[in-house]
Amino acid sequence: MKLHLRLTTVCLVGAILFLGSCNNEGKSGEEKSSEAQDKPADQAEVHGTEMKAGDIELTTPLNQQWVTAGKGIYELKCQSCHKLTDERLVGPGWKDVTKRRQPEWIMNMITNVDMMLEKDPEAQKLLEQCLVRMPNQNISKDESRHILEFMRSNDGIQ
Amino acid sequence: MKFHHFKTSAVLILGFFCLLSINSCKPKTAQSAAVGDATKSFIAPGQHDEFYNVVSGGFNGQIGIYGIPSGRLFRIVPVFSQSAESGYGFSEETKPMLNTSHGFVPWDDLHHIALSQTKGEHDGRWAFANGNNTPRLARIDLSTFRTAEILEIPNSAGNHASPFITENSEYVVAATRFSVPLDDQNGDVPINTYKQNFKGSISFVSVNPTTGEMNIAFQIRTPGVNFDLSRAGKGKSNGWFFFSCYNSEKANTLLEQNASQRDKDFVMAVNWKKAEEYLKAGKAKKQTVKYAHNMYDEKTHAATTSMKTDVFVLDPADCPGMLFLIPCPKSPHGTDVDPSGEYIVASGKLAASIPVFSFAKIQKAIDDKAFDGDYDGIPVIKYEAALQGEVTKPGLGPLHTEFDGKGNAYTSMFVSSEIVKWSLKDLQVLDRVPTYYSVGHLSIPGGPTAKPHGKYMIAYNKITKDRYLPTGPELTQSAQLYDISGDKMKLILDFPTTGEPHYAEALPATLIKDKQRKIFRIEENSHAFVSKGEGQSKVERKGNQVHVWMTAIRSHLTPDNIEGVKLGDEVYFHVTNLEQDWDVPHGFAIKGANNAEILIMPGETQTLKWVADRTGIFPFYCTDFCSALHQEMQGYLRVSPANSNVALLFSTGTNKPAVSAEGAPAAETSKAPPAK
Repeated sequence: MKLHLRLTTVCLVGAILFLGSCNNEGKSGEEKSSEAQDKPADQAEVHGTEMKAGDIELTTPLNQQWVTAGKGIYELKCQSCHKLTDERLVGPGWKDVTKRRQPEWIMNMITNVDMMLEKDPEAQKLLEQCLVRMPNQNISKDESRHILEFMRSNDGIQ
Repeated sequence: MKFHHFKTSAVLILGFFCLLSINSCKPKTAQSAAVGDATKSFIAPGQHDEFYNVVSGGFNGQIGIYGIPSGRLFRIVPVFSQSAESGYGFSEETKPMLNTSHGFVPWDDLHHIALSQTKGEHDGRWAFANGNNTPRLARIDLSTFRTAEILEIPNSAGNHASPFITENSEYVVAATRFSVPLDDQNGDVPINTYKQNFKGSISFVSVNPTTGEMNIAFQIRTPGVNFDLSRAGKGKSNGWFFFSCYNSEKANTLLEQNASQRDKDFVMAVNWKKAEEYLKAGKAKKQTVKYAHNMYDEKTHAATTSMKTDVFVLDPADCPGMLFLIPCPKSPHGTDVDPSGEYIVASGKLAASIPVFSFAKIQKAIDDKAFDGDYDGIPVIKYEAALQGEVTKPGLGPLHTEFDGKGNAYTSMFVSSEIVKWSLKDLQVLDRVPTYYSVGHLSIPGGPTAKPHGKYMIAYNKITKDRYLPTGPELTQSAQLYDISGDKMKLILDFPTTGEPHYAEALPATLIKDKQRKIFRIEENSHAFVSKGEGQSKVERKGNQVHVWMTAIRSHLTPDNIEGVKLGDEVYFHVTNLEQDWDVPHGFAIKGANNAEILIMPGETQTLKWVADRTGIFPFYCTDFCSALHQEMQGYLRVSPANSNVALLFSTGTNKPAVSAEGAPAAETSKAPPAK
């Protein structure tokens, strides 16, 4: 049963149902996705708000508190699959990710992975390479910003 | 239900009664069944049912969770039995849940469900269930559908009249089926000294209104009868409990005959508010006993057992006005209270009529002292003084009654294999439908509460015979769903159930579906052996114990190469699932495991103990299909002779930096001496 579900999800990226992504925190900045509202029989699910270009302000010097917080989250929830070098493990290595991707792309990938896999061609390409859907790790918008700061630090930004 | 042993002969009995009683017995074959109305039980793909049905599993010791009206099985919740699905009762964390004063009991018999109530209505917080054989009460959290607590009941044997609940969940009760010598007495007595040495016991278990934690508030010592079933009063009768008793003959052998001698047994009415007063007034005596209290903690992801040593006991001789007996025709089984709290319906399973008692009349009889002597010092109310009336010729073998909130009662008839609908107002039979076959309990959503949802009724049958494709001598149990929204009851669905359901309750899905726990937050995991991130995974030796802090995430286990384990070592795999996504459990299994596998929910840590019984290489892997690379989620453990000097090494991926000082690079393992 689970096998079918997972394989189907992986193969038919363009036509996926939303898998249960979970955020128990109910942050005020989040809202129900339109898909969830269109299916009243489904569990109400909470996804992060999509971030647009210009929503995120990058500053230097880096916010060291955020770098530290982001490193903590990395070790707990990301390190199993992402190395800090350019080597791929389960997912791509993080070296230079902030040079390859826009900041809103990175944060959407962290907090809105289902949406990205449904509509973002770059995210879909990565799934074809890695064959594992990036898990929703129940990370809030603020936490994703901290991870981004840690990535910038990893890429040599001071 | 005590009819298991009747199964083989039930059809013969049925045929016999058919000859005797043509009016109440219809031909019972599959061909004669009404055509089910599929549209009424049809739930379209992706849509949800209207009700959750929480169904006891009987001899499997578990609870089945079904959807109504579809009859689909969603989950089996392990309660009093080990589960070869979740690892409950097998993993080191959950083993203590099955501890008792008799040690570890891996399998019990679960009969009845009581859902928590507030103001007489379901509140969707907890389900309670009884362990019948080694007497216990369990509490299941309805946000996780997991067993949160198990409390053993002392001075009890066969916890059958349990766990019935008061209208604000103040108490769940546990009354003994078998009277026995009390736990602090010398029980090594001739069995035929029953009348002198055997006592009954009713436990009132309080429920903490916030946490749900159970505690035996007090016990009531009773004459040595058998307690069968019970209900709390509600509304006007709140403050009272009603228990059916049989074997008022106090027989200790061949009860089938010897406990059926008297024309009437009893319904025992307990004034529990009065009992509380006596308790407060210091009338209870402290008795030294021994019983286990097991609690599961969703933060440490582990259960603990504490042994308790005393219980407060009220003796009716010291507590006048606490207990009364109401005569009831032959061996009453179900004792059910209508939604208003006024009527108490007692089903004498060997009787030809169903007596309906009136709470108001019982109160008046007590005030007027309309007693017919006493039984072991407990006043016996005159039958006629308590009686509202009798439902005459309802059918054969009445067992249990549920209510629809519209003034009607529904009584299951085991022997004549039917359900009879009758009016509470005039006690006239209104309708009857056959069941397939030999119905035991029945359930209407909200049926035992003050506000039933009188739309569906489910019959849980004891005999299946030809209802489904046959599967050898052992068959699934059959349940039937009826539409009771109109004047006539209509069969709309047959569905198979697991174990052997006894009582069940159903509640609206809207009460609990939106508060389901989806994951355990990894940040809140305070398990003693948690790995919060792969960086914390490690292997440590403590004497002959080897502890592995392991992580699981799609699609690898860390560490996945372990060396330096020696023959005879006890290896504890503490596996933390690092996922934080709903419905992504990982499993863990290792070759030669003598106990089990485990299944670990997102954010949880669970432990499998494994003993190295020979030297060699032991593969381990994830047993829950988790991703496209699930088949790659595996590893190896090497076992060397006890005197070998292979160093303790662990790693995942040769390109992974060493995670601690003890972890040497994987490439060096080849320098270790080979196993002999």
